[in-house]
Formats: sequence, structure tokens, C-alpha cells
Amino acid sequence: MSVLLEAVGLSKAYGHVEALAGADFDVKAGEVVAVIGDNGAGKSTLVRILSGSEQADSGTVLFDGRPVTIANPQDARRLGIETVFQDLALAPHLDPVQNMYLGREVMRRGLLGTLGFMDVKSMRAGSRRAFDDLGATVTNLTGPVGSMSGGQRQGIAVARAAAWASKVIFLDEPTAALGVVQTRNVLDLIRRVSQNGIGVVFISHSMPHVMEVADRIQVMRRGRRVATFRASETTMEQLVGAMTGALAQDGAS
Amino acid sequence: MSGAVSTPQTAPATADRAPSGVGARILRAQGLQIVFILAVIVVFFSALKPDAFLSVSNFRGIVVNTSILAVLGVGMTLVIVTGGIDLSVGSVLVFSGVVADKTMKALGGQGWGVAAVGLLVACACGLGWGVLNGVIIAKGKVPPLITTLGSLGMALGFSQIMTTGIDLRDVPDVLVNNIGFGNVFGQVPSLSVISLVVILLGYVVLHHTRFGLYTFAVGSNAEAGRRVGIGVDRHLIKVYALCGLLAGFAGMMNLSFFQSTTISGQSNTNLNVIAGVVIGGTSLFGGAGSIFGTVIGLLIPSTLQNGFVIIGVQSFWQQVVVGAVLIAAVFTDQRRRARSMAGATSRTHPLLRLRRGTPPQGEPR
Repeated sequence: MSVLLEAVGLSKAYGHVEALAGADFDVKAGEVVAVIGDNGAGKSTLVRILSGSEQADSGTVLFDGRPVTIANPQDARRLGIETVFQDLALAPHLDPVQNMYLGREVMRRGLLGTLGFMDVKSMRAGSRRAFDDLGATVTNLTGPVGSMSGGQRQGIAVARAAAWASKVIFLDEPTAALGVVQTRNVLDLIRRVSQNGIGVVFISHSMPHVMEVADRIQVMRRGRRVATFRASETTMEQLVGAMTGALAQDGAS
Repeated sequence: MSGAVSTPQTAPATADRAPSGVGARILRAQGLQIVFILAVIVVFFSALKPDAFLSVSNFRGIVVNTSILAVLGVGMTLVIVTGGIDLSVGSVLVFSGVVADKTMKALGGQGWGVAAVGLLVACACGLGWGVLNGVIIAKGKVPPLITTLGSLGMALGFSQIMTTGIDLRDVPDVLVNNIGFGNVFGQVPSLSVISLVVILLGYVVLHHTRFGLYTFAVGSNAEAGRRVGIGVDRHLIKVYALCGLLAGFAGMMNLSFFQSTTISGQSNTNLNVIAGVVIGGTSLFGGAGSIFGTVIGLLIPSTLQNGFVIIGVQSFWQQVVVGAVLIAAVFTDQRRRARSMAGATSRTHPLLRLRRGTPPQGEPR
């Protein structure tokens, strides 16, 4: 498997707080990579930079081996990179289908399409397929998503990203707000997405989830990648040790 | 979102399943509750004075009185759906009327050709103010309330400067006879037919096109829109431009009906329109609303005014009742918002959940 998306030496400072200090990162096609680290280790900043929401101060991003500039979310999208942020970025008053296709509406053919009429039927069918593919339990396609459960909204957000991503998906804390069953669904979903050859990057605080679903685990600490483990060959103690810098014995918990 | 989520996750799912489809969506809207209130008002006055109230000419009067406001209401609905407000519509209406009046006078003052030019000028004036509002709000990030309060004053001030405060009355006879007081199909006022066409167009645009969808999206979660590549600023400018355009168009209708620029007669127009839109169930917080609701919401004050005159109650009571209905409408909107957000944070009160799950047939509450 070739490296799909790679970051080398990314730095980002907010004022004099250094969020990233020469961070590296890589994900291959069809692979699930977990990024873990303590609060403030730079995980979210890394994702925001790679998804175009923010710009790095320095460093290189390589896509398929070529250096690229990801200046905004549209650039990322054009490369086939989709992101599910912690706040999900759904419009609460719109229904799942409208959210699924927001900004990418399927228009009617001919004059009606030019006048701004949308092909609601095919969008509904497409959404239904996307939700079913991923086993997202969205029962009502016409209600506002704001009235749906956290699990359903997470399902919609992930399904939307999965449907449009052709290369890489970033998931920022996808299970943080979910109950047991919904977490199960999202983890299964992550597996299924990666089986389609898409690189899945997910950020999590939950060690058991990370161990279960990831192929590789990259540990961040103080704005750098400090270690990379194969999930099958590592232990919880190793991960926690790398996260907290236990070897140096500073601030071990 | 906090992490305090546990087992009740499954409960809202059952509630979500109950009503779906277009029919249920309409029923769920505040639109129906408001139709019910209008029906009660009509029945009330009909019972008291059947002869005077229940006549074709009376209903005709109510409809005509609502026609101009309804055109403004279409634009206002779109603006409020984005989470904004436009206080300038009344002044822009006057300004457009004044400029159109002066233009038509300069062109000779009579005939369809002159009237057509006047209409174009009025629409252009409205569009201009609308674009100005939109650019200042979207690009300058000045709150809509302040921006349109400013343009309210400016448009009215310019109107008074241009006329030295004295109403102009140079309206082509063809407009007055055919539009202002004309009828089509015998009894149907032209003004109302024009208004109905605008309402239908507004309905289609808001509820069936991508433009309408983006309008809801911007009001619901502008950041989400930005992330999926919607030009949120551009869209806001378009919405305010459309609202201004309709105010200019309404300026021409106003001129045809009153044969005057009504400079001092429009100081409450903006608030009357906003009240109608909000009574009709459009949320001041953006993201939710309907053109249908706005039309009903505007008919309620007109009907009350008309009815009070007929039953011999001081028509000042209309203001009292409309004020109360307005507050009640926003109150229910708040409750509804709290309810739908309850599902989002999974803190749904069991009673509320039960209600939402109930098939919405029978009379509305």
C-alpha cells in the first residue's frame, strides 16, 4: 500500500502557544490510522490543517507523493478528503437528505435544473443507499436532523463524509458523544469505509476503541508525533506511556 | 455537546419515526395552528355580523389590504429564514415610489409605456437598497438590525429631501384604473392577483429550489454551509437584494392603489410585515419558516381590523390582539425550538416526546 496523504514537519502557533512543532503524519489507502494524545497535543490542529480549515505556518503536505496546498475545505474536498468535525457541521433544521447533499445538490435535467430545481428523488435514493451501506440507523429521511439522536446525527455526518470521500476521511472524536450501541455502529462503520480503499484517520481519547479498530496508531505529544505502533503489536501500557512521556517521568498519571 | 449521553438515546428514534412525508411536515408546521386561529376569527365575526362580514365585497377588502404587505412579506420571510431582519422595507417602498413617480412625471405622466418604465425604476431602486443592505451585512458584518435601521432612515430621508416632504401624486391613470382599482375575472382585484403571483413564485423559490434550500441552510447553520462550499456571503446579499427588489415592486403597487407616495404613511409597515411573518411561524432565529404561514400571518391583522370596525368595536383593539398573538407565536416557536433541541442533546422530556410522536391529525393545539 502506498502512502496516500503525508505531512512532514508541520508547525502551527497561536500567538506564542505552539500547537504543532514539526509534526509528521501519514496514512495509506484502505488503512485505519488512529491519532491519540493528551489534551493539547495537537491532534485537532493537525486535522484542521489537513482538512483545509487552517493553514500551517510551515511544513509540507504530500498527496500521492506530490506536494499540495490545501488552502480551504474545498481544496481538500477536490483531493477526495472529507472531514467529520466534532460539531458534525450539520444544519439542524434540514433533513438528512438535504444535509447529505448540501453544497452538492443533484439538479433536475434541462431547464428546470437551470432554474434551480433539484432532483429530490435521486438524492433521497442516494442518501438511503449511503445510510444503508454504512448501517447508519437513519429511520426518517424527512425530519429535521436537529430533532434526531446523537447517534443518528453522527451516522448522517459519517455517511456524508464516506459517500463523498474518495481518498481520506478524518473523524475528530467520532464516538465522544455516543452511547454504547451508537459507538459500536460508528466503529463498524469506520471498518467498512476503510474496506472500500479509503484511508480513515480518527482521533480518539478512548484507548479500547483505538486498539480495536485501528491498523496503526500514531501518538502525538506536545505538537509532535512521538511514536507509531501497529495496533496488533502494542499494549495499552505502551500507548499510555508514549502519550504521557512516561519514560521521562514528567506528569505521569 | 457534552459527553453525558447514555441510554435514552433510543427513545427519540421512536419519536422520529412517527410523522414523515410532506403531509405530516405541513401539519407539524405552525402554519396549521395559525390557520386555525384565522378560522376562529372569521367564525367569530361571521357569527356576530353575518350580513356585513360574510360578504364578497368585505372579503375583497380584506384581501386587497393584505396584498401589498404580502409582497413585502415574501421577501421578509426569506430574510428572517436566514436569521436576519429587514427594517427598511417600508422606507424602501416609499423611496422607490417617489423615484418612480418623478420618473413617470418627467416622461409625460400617462400611458402603459411610462408605467412600465416607472415599474422598472421602482424595482431598480428597491434592488439597489437591497444590495446595499446585503453587502453591508454579509461583507461588513454589521448586524442586520442596525444596517436596515440605518437604511430605513436613509431611504426615508432621501424620499423627503426629493419631495420636500410633500406627497407626489403623479400616477398614470392606466395604473390606477387597471392595477390599483382594477379587477380581473369580474370581482377579483388586480392588486391581489399580482400579489398572489408573487406569493406563488416566492413559495416555489423558498420551498422547491436550491436557492431556497441554501436560504434555510444559511439560517440553520451558516458554518456548516461554508464548510460544504456554499457562498454564504453571496447568498445573504442575494436574499437581501430580493427583499429590496420586492419592496420596490410593492412601492409601485402602493402608488397604484393610493395614487400617492404615502411618505408618512409607512412608518409601521416594516413592523406589520415582520409581525405577520413571525405569526406565520417563521423563526426569528433562522432556519425555519414558510411563505404560506406568512400569508396567513398577514391576513390575521387585516381580518381583525376589518371585523372590529364591522362589529362596532374601536379598531384600536386590533393592535392589542395582534400584539398578543405575536407574543404567543414567538412563545410557541421558542417551545418548539427547545423541544427539537432536546432531541439533539437527548434530554427530551417524556411528555414532549410523547406529543411529537403523536400523529398530528385532528385539530391542532
